[in-house]
Amino acid sequence: MPDVQALVNDFVLKLKRRKIEGSHASAQHTAELLRSVISHQRMPYTNQAGALIDAVKAVGEQLIAANPVELAVGNIVRRVLHIIREEDLSSTATAIEGLGLSAGSDDDDEGQHEDRPALSAAALAAAARSTLRAPSLQTLLEDIPDSAAAPQPPSSGGDSEGKSKSDKNIRSRKLKHDVIEAINELIQDIDTCHEQISEQAVEHIHQNEVILTLGRSRTVKEFLCAAKEKNRSFRVFVAEGAPRYQGHVLAKELVSKGIQTTVITDSAVFAMISRVNMVIVGAHAIMANGGVIAPVGINMVALAAQRHAVPFVVVAGSHKLCPLYPHNPEVLLNDLKCPSDLLDFGEFSDCMDFGSHGGSPLLHVVNPAFDYVPPKLVSLFITDTGGHNPSYMYRLIADYYSADDLVVKRRSTS
Amino acid sequence: MAQKKGHRSLSSDDPEELARVPLQAVLLADSFATKFRPITLERPKVLLPLVNAPMIDYTLAWLESVGVEEAFVFCCAHSQQVKDYLNKSQWMKQPGTFTVQPIESHDSISAGDALRVIYNLGVICGDFVLVSGDTISNMSLKEALQEHKERRKKDPLAVMTMVIKHSKPSSLTHQTRLGNDEILMAIDPDTKELLYYEDKTDQSQRFITLDKMLLASTPTLHLHNDKQDCYIDICSPEVLSLFTDNFDYQHLRRHFVKGLLVDDLMGYKIFTHEIHSSYAARIDNFRSYDTISKDIIQRWTYPMVPDVQYFGNCSQMKLDRLGIYKAPEVDQSRTAQIRAFSLIGNGTAIGDHSVISNSVIGQSCTIGRNVSIQGSYIWDNVIIEDDCKLSHALVCDGVHLRAGVVLEPGVILSFKVEVGQKIVIPAYSKVSLLPQPSKQDSDEELEYADANSGVVESPSITSIANTRNVDPVPDSPDAEHSDTSEVGISGVGYIWSTTEGGHEEEWRHSIAPIPAEKLMEFCLSAHTDLGVSNQDVNSLPASGELQLDSESTGFDDGEDYKDSADFEKEVEATFQRVLAGVNPENVILEINSLRLSYDMSHADCAGSLFYSIMKSALSAPFSSNLSFGNLI
Repeated sequence: MPDVQALVNDFVLKLKRRKIEGSHASAQHTAELLRSVISHQRMPYTNQAGALIDAVKAVGEQLIAANPVELAVGNIVRRVLHIIREEDLSSTATAIEGLGLSAGSDDDDEGQHEDRPALSAAALAAAARSTLRAPSLQTLLEDIPDSAAAPQPPSSGGDSEGKSKSDKNIRSRKLKHDVIEAINELIQDIDTCHEQISEQAVEHIHQNEVILTLGRSRTVKEFLCAAKEKNRSFRVFVAEGAPRYQGHVLAKELVSKGIQTTVITDSAVFAMISRVNMVIVGAHAIMANGGVIAPVGINMVALAAQRHAVPFVVVAGSHKLCPLYPHNPEVLLNDLKCPSDLLDFGEFSDCMDFGSHGGSPLLHVVNPAFDYVPPKLVSLFITDTGGHNPSYMYRLIADYYSADDLVVKRRSTS
Repeated sequence: MAQKKGHRSLSSDDPEELARVPLQAVLLADSFATKFRPITLERPKVLLPLVNAPMIDYTLAWLESVGVEEAFVFCCAHSQQVKDYLNKSQWMKQPGTFTVQPIESHDSISAGDALRVIYNLGVICGDFVLVSGDTISNMSLKEALQEHKERRKKDPLAVMTMVIKHSKPSSLTHQTRLGNDEILMAIDPDTKELLYYEDKTDQSQRFITLDKMLLASTPTLHLHNDKQDCYIDICSPEVLSLFTDNFDYQHLRRHFVKGLLVDDLMGYKIFTHEIHSSYAARIDNFRSYDTISKDIIQRWTYPMVPDVQYFGNCSQMKLDRLGIYKAPEVDQSRTAQIRAFSLIGNGTAIGDHSVISNSVIGQSCTIGRNVSIQGSYIWDNVIIEDDCKLSHALVCDGVHLRAGVVLEPGVILSFKVEVGQKIVIPAYSKVSLLPQPSKQDSDEELEYADANSGVVESPSITSIANTRNVDPVPDSPDAEHSDTSEVGISGVGYIWSTTEGGHEEEWRHSIAPIPAEKLMEFCLSAHTDLGVSNQDVNSLPASGELQLDSESTGFDDGEDYKDSADFEKEVEATFQRVLAGVNPENVILEINSLRLSYDMSHADCAGSLFYSIMKSALSAPFSSNLSFGNLI
């Protein structure tokens, strides 16, 4: 336990000091940390899922507070909570089913048992989801089995009567094991999200097209490179992405892959957009309403694209999907970086003196990191699960997160 | 000692061994100065809050971020307080590679003493970073360290690398930003070696004296007045032993750096490393405290800004538009206004119709109604009652201002001072619960202050007499109020008198913006010489910058002086004709005859000719290379 606490503190400190950059790295670290938290968590006999959820929430709360701007951390915490809930539901369901079966035959038929939990887990997850969803064709088609009613009273007391203690031990280990398995899958998903996204590249990039992007996003880079590998020939305009000029790096990387690249200034985007067939950008986070938090300058690109009816495509891994709605996104979800990216402090030190002008300087320098792009400007999201419309985002979110976890706060009673 | 010697020989023999030594840092948690009195009588300077976190936290955080593994905090004055703070803080318990170790000493009175103590302890075994505990920076030290190490490999005499920063060359900016003087440095542009350092250039006489040897021995030399010293040094262990050998070295810059530069017996060299975009500054006086606070609020020190919680112990801040930082639990009245670039600490209550702008307010303060706070720094647990007016003041912990108090610009209220109703504290006053020490220690900082000869009449505080014990009865506010000589206070506290020669320092170093007339004066004094020299050649001292001392003293006599001026004008006019197309040979003849008729020496002639060449070069830089060549 103490070593886990040390790990948590270490990670919190790193987040606080902004030593982890980028949502991909943050997501990965968070998932790995939560995995070790869960594996070290001692399991009580009753209400194991509750104990796990509390432990994860306690850690998650610290992590989110450490860097509220990095939404990927909160996303992963919520994903893990959701995983625990689903695994819990499925394991209670198998227990109930097992109870029903064991009345007939005491020894479980292995072959039968193997596929049943998987099936019921999926079904139960679907059932849990359906409580969030509006009735739609898909939910109707998914054909929820009757057992969907069962999870409502997941009383561990009821089935503990018939079960022996050893059996419960197995189950408790099983829940933890399943959760860790699922988190491993999640980590793998995060690892491979770039490949998953870039697999779809050829469907979107066509021969002789002109693509515009701004700044540097690893997802965009891999997306473009994947299309090139499939022998699509196309051209890329890269807006340099002031003030960090990551576009220059991207241009270098693209050229090394043999892609025809043109670097333009951010201010030239509107002039060039009429020649562009598609805009592809990365994102910092995708909000529940389909709005995008992205590196500064992208809103301008989106507006230009809309003006010229150019499709505006956002590529992002599903760990960037955030279940929160953006309220006041320009301020609350933004990070104001150091103004020295813009100006050399020494050159402008005479404008910054406070001794004259009544104590307040006449020159202010603001360097926000992110832009907010409203959903109406986005044509398509490409995530590792495929392409989606902005208006479909809330549904994806319902798949990944449970509604109880939107606010990650420890219950005050516990 | 023996151990140290061993280390040194090891490091010089084997560079690989040098690389394995952990990076160490010496942090001087004492400035060995009295600029922050009276506050520093009760609390050490490094623990004073700078935008709600003690200064030492900024320095330690920076050291940690640049990869320092062992930091030795040297505490002298109030060492117990510093140690207690460190023990409580996160720095001591933090697992990982960064360890903080306090070193205590009670009899050190200067940085030199401190380094001698550290040398005797023998804890430093490799290159180390030397900073004082009031340095704020976010620079990366990697490059500078690399340069230093490589230089050391080639030349074991390169003992120190100073970090400098580009800044505007106007002395006005130096004054208004950090309240210190221009620094004049001579740097070899190729090797970056520091050849000359002067930190108190006298404004009235615009001369510097360079050693002739300096010019002879180095092929090129740049003279800079646009550099700012960051007071961050990377030192080799030799620096410590140098301090021990020269026991009269006290001040790092004034004695050590200058001493090394002058002393050519040992041949030790100091190099510079210039940083460009990152931030580094040191809090030297109240004005730099003000400036650096504002730089932090404007985020130049990112990521060490209030809303990033770089230091674990401070509460979470939210950044609103226009640079307003607010803690989560601020009790702000609906009609109260918080204006741009302010910070409000946790648990602070602000009453109706109060206006706060450009200020930093600490934790758990209570601010009444109709209070106006402008450009001020208010620390924790301060009570400000209704209708007070504060502008550009510094108010320490636990101060109580009763209704209607007015603090004029530049006022410093030390810990737990109480001020009675409707009292106006005049500008630049310092009020403390402790009486002023009757005799100032002959601290060198004060000598330094006296050395400044510029005569400036003091602002209105001259009326305040010497150390006046104020009636310590807080409950009878109106009794003394009528008495004008008792200007101060019906609360608790002493008004400190300003020290002799300190009047000038007051406006230079206080938090208050420099009054307009002072700025004018300052501008004038800085520009007169240049301005005059452009119109009139008579004021030779200015143009004489180019000439040697001995020559300008030759013109004692007024008549002579006028002659020489005429001669210069004639030469210049003649010279201009070369540019107009007259045959150079003829002009040479004319100038020679001019020289004879004015009875001037060859040197004079060459000097004035050079002057006119330079002048025409200024006006027409690229047009006439050929004719110059012919003439010379």
